[in-house]
Amino acid sequence: MTTQTATAPRSAPQAVPKKKERGGAWLTLLAWVVGILFVLPVVWLVLTSLHSEADAAQNPPAVVAPLTLDGYREFFSGGASPWPPLLNSLTASIVSTAIVLLLSFPAAYALSIKPVRKWTDVLFFFLSTKMLPVVAGLLPLYLFAQNTGLLDNIWLLIVFYTAMNLPIAVWMMRSFLSEVPVEMLEAASMDGAGLAKTLRSVIAPVVMPGIAATALICFIFSWNELLFARVLTATVAETAPVFLTSFVTSQGLFLAQLCAAAFVVSLPVLIAGFAAQDKLVQGLSLGSVK
Amino acid sequence: MTSVAEKTKGRAGASPAQSPGALSRATAWIRRAPLLPALIFMIVVTQLPFVATLVISFMDWNAYYPDEIGFAGVDNFRRVFTDVNMRDAVWTTILLTVGVVLISLVLGLGIALLLDRKFRGRGAVRTMMIAPFLVVPVAAALLWKHALYNPEYGLFNGALTWVWKLFGSDNPPQPDWISNMPLWSVIFALVWQWTPFMMLILLAGLQGRPLDVIEAARIDGASGWQIFTSMTLPHLRQYLELGALLGSIYIVQNFDAVFTITSGGLGTANLPYTIYQIFYQAHDYGRASAAAVVVVIGTIIIATFALRTVSSLFKQEEGR
Repeated sequence: MTTQTATAPRSAPQAVPKKKERGGAWLTLLAWVVGILFVLPVVWLVLTSLHSEADAAQNPPAVVAPLTLDGYREFFSGGASPWPPLLNSLTASIVSTAIVLLLSFPAAYALSIKPVRKWTDVLFFFLSTKMLPVVAGLLPLYLFAQNTGLLDNIWLLIVFYTAMNLPIAVWMMRSFLSEVPVEMLEAASMDGAGLAKTLRSVIAPVVMPGIAATALICFIFSWNELLFARVLTATVAETAPVFLTSFVTSQGLFLAQLCAAAFVVSLPVLIAGFAAQDKLVQGLSLGSVK
Repeated sequence: MTSVAEKTKGRAGASPAQSPGALSRATAWIRRAPLLPALIFMIVVTQLPFVATLVISFMDWNAYYPDEIGFAGVDNFRRVFTDVNMRDAVWTTILLTVGVVLISLVLGLGIALLLDRKFRGRGAVRTMMIAPFLVVPVAAALLWKHALYNPEYGLFNGALTWVWKLFGSDNPPQPDWISNMPLWSVIFALVWQWTPFMMLILLAGLQGRPLDVIEAARIDGASGWQIFTSMTLPHLRQYLELGALLGSIYIVQNFDAVFTITSGGLGTANLPYTIYQIFYQAHDYGRASAAAVVVVIGTIIIATFALRTVSSLFKQEEGR
């Protein structure tokens, strides 16, 4: 059996080399075509953002029209400044991500390294909160904010985004922490290492990439959120996605400017996503797919 | 080795606290302590509002009539169940979710199979595939609505004009995509965003296949199709389930695409959008809460099955 499988890969391709090769070439071509089709709208977004408004509204599309930064210039200095919403988004995403990490790391530690009783129940409680439709909690939070004067306050969004991402982070962190070899922990405790030292020299090196991926994914989800930001903020704490939706009220040609705006708002997510690319699957599947 | 450790850890979870004495109780609390901040935070922020929603759902409360707040009994629920818009919203939500999840799963599976082979530029294609998932949802919806679907200058009709011109015709079809097929417009935009997600999960699943067994089957004369249906698909089953489950959780709640592309018009208002409207535009807090309670109950029923799926996956992982 073993010998058979060992020799097989060498002999198999020889048997059907021609057919396989040609089929392979077609499959490669197909893969490229599909990839290009999927990325095309993004490329089109960027290209349109670099065209003049007149060229952007051409039919058939003016693909090779001269490039210009007018769309971006108009976006940044045309009407209402996009900087406050962008900074609000940045604040809400970064602060909520930091709080999520602070809360989820100890929790994940208690659920994996030194598991508490009924730790699976706790884990599934976290997951179940993610399944509750957020829209069901919207009204009470709105009324609460209205009565406490927290409406249009970025801190309210931060608290909500923390709750939105905490279950994901706990699941992800638990999965990353359970990759720490138990022997290493035992060896560390036998050497008399305290909790702080164990965390720093044994656990941290193994889970650092995982923590980074968790942070990036939480950042992305907070940055993307629209419904709560729209209901709970107005002019002061408005976030970038809300700003984008209110952007399309202008009359006349606005496509290039809109594409520039959409690209600028998406840029942080694109950067964070590609940075987390290797751990993206594990993160998005809550750690169940490696 | 880790698997054994995992297993014992999983089962031994209960043992420390079972040993008698105050000391062990203290240790149990020390163990529990790191968990408490996160747990308390979640209970306060996610469970309390729901209790409030439940209370408000039995109240007569419209912000336009602040003097008429009172107990309404089950009136709100009666109105929710007899409301045609609500029923349509339920149906739309199901169509939207099932449509997006199924199509993106099938496409994702196909693309994952394509990317599972080694070929020139595989990394580049993978990167191109991920890009749609990394566009901010609102930005993606705006992109589809204005830059692609727009009947006058959108890319789709632009491409039609271009192709028709290529064949010497000056009379290309210029459909108004969103008006002609509103729900499908939303579905396509979402499929574009979610296919990469499914693809990533399924690709990870494919790469975890036991290759030697497949090689053996190939030598025994199994065709590619036989290998796919009798080995690859069963192996992928749990990954397909996981993709469907996670996709459903997110797409059931979709607000961004519906809000941006059609503003809930033309029969595309799903449940989140409808509740948002009752609350944000009609200011009927009682009815919005009743609708929310109904949605939550529906979600709990579905989520019970979903959680069972994750739970079985989870046990498999622990036992591996």
